[in-house]
Amino acid sequence: MENSFVVSTLTAAIRSGTPLLFAVLGDILTERTGVMNLGIEGLMLVGAIGGFFTSYLTGNLLLAVIVAMVAGALLASVHAFFTITLKINQIVSGLAITFLGTGISGIWGANYVGIVAEKFDPVKIPLLGDIPYIGKIMFNQDLLVYISYLLVPILFIYIYRTKSGMILRAVGESPRAADSRGISVTKTRYIYTIAGGALTAVGGAYLSLAYNSMWIEDMTAGKGWIAVALVLFATWDPAKAMLGAYLFGGITALGLRLQAIGTHISSDFLKMLPYILTVIVLLFTSTEKLKRKVGAPEALGIPYSREDRE
Amino acid sequence: MKIKIEKRPTLSNIQSVFVTIISLLVSILIMGIILTVYFAFDKNLDFGGALKLTAESYVEMFYWPFFDQYGIQSTFLKMIPLSFVALGLIFAYRLKIWNIGGEGQLYMGAMAATYGALFLFKDVNNPIIMILLLIFMGAIGGGLWAAIPAFMKAFFKTDEIVITLMLNYIAIFFVDYLVYGPWKNPEGYGFPGTAPFPDSANLPYIGNSDIHIGIIFVIILAVIMTYIFKKTKWGFNSKIVGDNKDNAKYAGINVKFYTIISLVISGIIAGIGGAVQMMGTQHSLQHGFSPGYGFTAIIIAWLAKLNPISVLLTGFLFGGLLVGTDSLQMFYGVPTSLVDLFQGLVLFCLLGGEAIAHYKVVFREKEAIV
Repeated sequence: MENSFVVSTLTAAIRSGTPLLFAVLGDILTERTGVMNLGIEGLMLVGAIGGFFTSYLTGNLLLAVIVAMVAGALLASVHAFFTITLKINQIVSGLAITFLGTGISGIWGANYVGIVAEKFDPVKIPLLGDIPYIGKIMFNQDLLVYISYLLVPILFIYIYRTKSGMILRAVGESPRAADSRGISVTKTRYIYTIAGGALTAVGGAYLSLAYNSMWIEDMTAGKGWIAVALVLFATWDPAKAMLGAYLFGGITALGLRLQAIGTHISSDFLKMLPYILTVIVLLFTSTEKLKRKVGAPEALGIPYSREDRE
Repeated sequence: MKIKIEKRPTLSNIQSVFVTIISLLVSILIMGIILTVYFAFDKNLDFGGALKLTAESYVEMFYWPFFDQYGIQSTFLKMIPLSFVALGLIFAYRLKIWNIGGEGQLYMGAMAATYGALFLFKDVNNPIIMILLLIFMGAIGGGLWAAIPAFMKAFFKTDEIVITLMLNYIAIFFVDYLVYGPWKNPEGYGFPGTAPFPDSANLPYIGNSDIHIGIIFVIILAVIMTYIFKKTKWGFNSKIVGDNKDNAKYAGINVKFYTIISLVISGIIAGIGGAVQMMGTQHSLQHGFSPGYGFTAIIIAWLAKLNPISVLLTGFLFGGLLVGTDSLQMFYGVPTSLVDLFQGLVLFCLLGGEAIAHYKVVFREKEAIV
């Protein structure tokens, strides 16, 4: 009995952590180039409705994920244009992206609230799925979860071990130096802001295509903001992002389960828990010294302009 | 012939006004397209019908909040909390400290004022004393809530953006806990809210209108802040800290002190806004009493270019936007998220218009290379 509780909670932890994981991985790509994006909540929402809309109309889940990515990429390109080309404050622009995304998704989805459509069902992986406990927790999930497992090492290698990854980091670290080496700061930032937006949108699509199989207005319910915090928690590292996402997914899952058993903890306190934990964790992880050590993108939040000399 | 894009040094006042008007028109146009498409699909109308409905709803959206005798009062009522929070934010933003936590500070101010009105000072009968006490409570609530990120930033260099963001949600859920739980009005028919405030804790109205005297408070505050920013040492030093923290340190300014104080003041003002909102409009603490005032206030502060007097004007416009989209929702069944969409659009159009106006296209004969 107790074992099954732990297993089911951990399984649920991965399920509720996956949307966060996609969002955090996407935002890591964007922030690594020095572009801060507070628009995750909005990007996730357009991904969620874009995905649901397509799955409802066509029944094709892969197409649905692609449409979600396109929706995210389009919205992220607005952020890219305003922050990179027009050099508008990244915080303000990111916030406006959240407003836009919330608004677009709400109007787009107005007629689809509560309708059930196709969803990604759990698929057991042969052999791996038979490992006791771990198999049940990790390898009895849906396709998107498996994709996210693969994405983590892929992005890790890409960021730290490839030439493109080096360029990506250089642009976030010291755009001026990168520019003098002939790297186009503008182009690099555009590419990763848009790619990051597309990936973040998959996180939203996970909510409407796998976690649920319907569209609910504002269904991200603050997950986008948690993702913003998790990027810091993960120190822009895909591997730690995975840990962070599942940790936070676990808290959500545990909260829901404790309520289901009927513990006398107020549900509002359980909802508060991830936010409180974020504050405490950041208190211990974000001293300046540590930031230097983990290599936070030095130019994060600063628009780059060739003409302005410091 | 060569086409070149050059930077314009500064815009004259007339140019700025012109750019603002054009940008607003662009946002209205884009919104109109979206609305037309929405009506066409949602109500199964042909293009002409959808366009007509869009035109009608636009009239509603602008006439009611700005020209109708009752509508404009609602606009003023929404302007008050928006302006309070936005004025608070300016204090921090001038130092480039990004307080995104106006919403949470507003909630905590409202919560503290409610605690004062219903428990701590419930026997105070003199309205003036009561109002002053509750404003003080609001200031404490908002100020303490902002003190958390302030001290974390000053002593641990924690990123204030994320912390203030997280604290928003903690504050909202905490208020939810109170109004669904221990503070719930037993005579409220299950409605998530506290008992109503005592009469002494309600702000008087101006004349026969529905507008409470909070509007006077917020105008006075904007004037005081203008004075502080223009004439005092604080205003001068905070600008230096905002421009360059290292220079400020060399100039002997205590950056830590300025960081903490600016964030705390920012929270105090938002908290007072929460208290005023309780005493003037809500008269009891309720679940979700703010439809995101704290987030809209960020847009207002930025569009007002951190100028207190402009905040009042921008706050009035955004108050009208909220009232207008509310009535659209009521009469045309447009989803509430319309207001989010419109706020994002207005912000992007205004900032984009201004940024683009700073460039001009120059046609130049190609110079001969000798």
